[in-house]
Amino acid sequence: MSEPATPDTGGRDDADDADDPDEGADASTAGRTDDERAERAARTDAASREPGTGADAVVSALEAAGVDTAFGVQGGAIMPVYDALVGSSVHHVTMAHEQGAAHAADAYGVVRGDPGVCMATSGPGATNLVTGIADASMDSDAVLALTGQVPSAMVGSDAFQETDTVGVTAPITKHNYFASDSDAVGSTVGEAFALAKTGRPGPTLVDLPKDVSFGDAETPVGEPTPPERTVPDPAADEEQVEAAARAIEEAERPLCLFGGGVIKGDATEEARAFARAHEIPVVTTMPGIGSFPEDDDLCLSWAGMHGTGYANMAITHTDCLIGVGTRFDDRLTGGVDTFAPEAEVVHVDIDPAEISKNVHADYPVVGDAGTVIEQIDAEIRGADAPDTTEWREQYDEWRERYPMDYAVDPDEPVTPEFVVEAFDAATGDDAYVATGVGQHQMWAAQYWTFREPRTFVSSHGLGAMGYGLPAAIGARIAAEDDREVVAFEGDGSFLMTIQELSVAVRETLDITVVVLNNEYIGMVRQWQDAFFEGRHMASEYDWMPEFDTLAEAFGAKGFRIDDYDDVAETVEEALAYDGPSVVDAHIDPEANVYPMVASGAANGRFALAEDQL
Amino acid sequence: MADGGSAHPAEDPAAERARPADGDAPATGLAGPRPDERPHPTGRRDEHGVRKEPDSGTEPTRRATISALVEDEPGVLARSAGLFRRRQFNIESLTVGPTTVEGHSRITLVVEETEAGIEQAKKQLAKLTPVIAVGELSGDAVAAELVLLKVRGQEPDKVHAITSMYDGQTLDAGPRTITVQITGDENQIDDAIDAFDQFGIIEIARTGQTALERGDSPTTPGEEPGHSAGETDDDEFTNYDD
Repeated sequence: MSEPATPDTGGRDDADDADDPDEGADASTAGRTDDERAERAARTDAASREPGTGADAVVSALEAAGVDTAFGVQGGAIMPVYDALVGSSVHHVTMAHEQGAAHAADAYGVVRGDPGVCMATSGPGATNLVTGIADASMDSDAVLALTGQVPSAMVGSDAFQETDTVGVTAPITKHNYFASDSDAVGSTVGEAFALAKTGRPGPTLVDLPKDVSFGDAETPVGEPTPPERTVPDPAADEEQVEAAARAIEEAERPLCLFGGGVIKGDATEEARAFARAHEIPVVTTMPGIGSFPEDDDLCLSWAGMHGTGYANMAITHTDCLIGVGTRFDDRLTGGVDTFAPEAEVVHVDIDPAEISKNVHADYPVVGDAGTVIEQIDAEIRGADAPDTTEWREQYDEWRERYPMDYAVDPDEPVTPEFVVEAFDAATGDDAYVATGVGQHQMWAAQYWTFREPRTFVSSHGLGAMGYGLPAAIGARIAAEDDREVVAFEGDGSFLMTIQELSVAVRETLDITVVVLNNEYIGMVRQWQDAFFEGRHMASEYDWMPEFDTLAEAFGAKGFRIDDYDDVAETVEEALAYDGPSVVDAHIDPEANVYPMVASGAANGRFALAEDQL
Repeated sequence: MADGGSAHPAEDPAAERARPADGDAPATGLAGPRPDERPHPTGRRDEHGVRKEPDSGTEPTRRATISALVEDEPGVLARSAGLFRRRQFNIESLTVGPTTVEGHSRITLVVEETEAGIEQAKKQLAKLTPVIAVGELSGDAVAAELVLLKVRGQEPDKVHAITSMYDGQTLDAGPRTITVQITGDENQIDDAIDAFDQFGIIEIARTGQTALERGDSPTTPGEEPGHSAGETDDDEFTNYDD
């Protein structure tokens, strides 16, 4: 954020300021001497650290929580907290824009399985985080956001860079806190961190008025602990488990639907073992991608608006749908009145509010995914289970009838599917794929074969364009060095957060950004062609910069693909480049995403071409 | 490509699913039977995802009184009200006040929703971090509301008679206006307003409903008796509702 001339109070030129003991006009009045700082940096045992100020307590709380990375942008009201980061074990990654910080923290959390942390100053810094926090909220990602706030005495006065951050973020956080006590702020931050990952994960936020950050804190900060009543019982009620097990036993056409909750609950192993033990085919939701290997005979890939034909056929004809960690989002269900019309629904979720929210659960089972799956597994007798041979033959036939293949003509523009598959073939099974939002996201999800959880990092529920590049940065920092990180972006999506390329260059992050460039905001163009008689209002993006040249201007490596002959060599060079590279892949501008279930339609009515919509 | 790749895409191992352009598939889109060529089951669900017979009508709504025991912290009321606004639950009234337990407050909400909507409202409310417990009050819970009515003062005797009829109190009487207070359940309040209408109601203020379960039933699940309840000898307490 741009700074006022006097970064102390937000620039209010007021004689009363002299009365305010918490005004720190600069570090010399606010902080410690260089000797104290050096001494502080020398201490490594976070738990034994004596906090000095509220800001120290905040950083101590992060250290006690095991946080090793935070993403953020400096600014007036958050300066004391940044000052306390000096010498801390928490590595701070300065981002170009707070939206990038929130998305990077979100992706970091997805990859690591622990909450990601982002920081911003008050006012515009906090409002810039909002998209990323909303994204984390929609996808149940654990994220801790720390925001600066104007001094308590000025709150409510419309001070410079003041926004009601707690009010603005209340609907998009699991919970948020307005810190009011320097001595308690450390435990508040610890609680917020713990709450973010407790039960159903989600974003939490702590708003830190500057006087609270500057104030004295004496109480040592302990381990992060969530409020007791927010910790759910992992095991489900025995009666619920028994009822669900009976329903699964009696099913002739059972189907597992694994959602993002399987991955977030670290239940991938249990989920896979369950499906294999009972020979139940699996479809996933989009956030559930990677919960089951997509090249497994039992896997029908993912269902929903742009899911595979065979996944949507299976949903349409199953008589027992075992949903685990899914919220039956409208992109998955189409119209709920036509969703899984023959199915008894078993719904396993940690959040009781998700049960029967969108789709009525005939067999609700509330608990932790892995625990509940094992409970149900132990309960299934299976001795006189129906013969499912016919069902297996049926879905194998659907796989044959609705193949995910595509035409390749060397004389035509490159198809996006080909580019995705080329990168998939050239990377390991454990590579991470981050995406923006749009057609390119769907092609990446459809044509990349995912085998492992946490390898698909995307903006699902919110559908936030611009997610891909900052997410790739967060994933790269979170991931082991030997695993590739590839970001698929669209031209429109990439342009929304392209400034973060400067961060990737500064940090020498080995990521490969593949821009599937069709010079359209393609998903909108596809809908305009289908539903708005082809009027391309505001969707033509022929004004895009040359992304390969622009990448070079940032200091990254730029590549360009114009036809099929460029693909193999470019893929190899871009992946081999040790640093951020951008591949501007000029694809067929008319390419569309199929299958497609129209909004509110039945899953089984997916269109395979435009004339079927 | 790991092996350097080949120039011609059709031979490229990376694109296993690529098919030659001159196949029998459509030029755009994917191969496979059209939507109208696929088998479709006929069973349908309603708007709540409950499977039903195609002709059953829309679900009726009902009125529910929900009580939430909450941590008395800044913003808890705004959070609750914001939740109902955001999720578009149809809210009739909301009251809040302290309890005898230090740091706890009780929020009483009246909602008009379908059965599924009421369930969802209770669950979403229970998810808020400062909310300790949520209960729906049974049909025989005690409920009360207070209304202040300012009516024209030309007929003070008649106004006083109606006020007495509803066990109300006159709070302010002048030559031009009379203000009375009536308490009772919602029906009584509605009746009283109808009765005062003849004098010309100038202004009205209603608190909204607040309520408690009868007898020994806690109003929200697991709720402990208030601190001032102290130790009691059960013999001294007779619950006439048993």
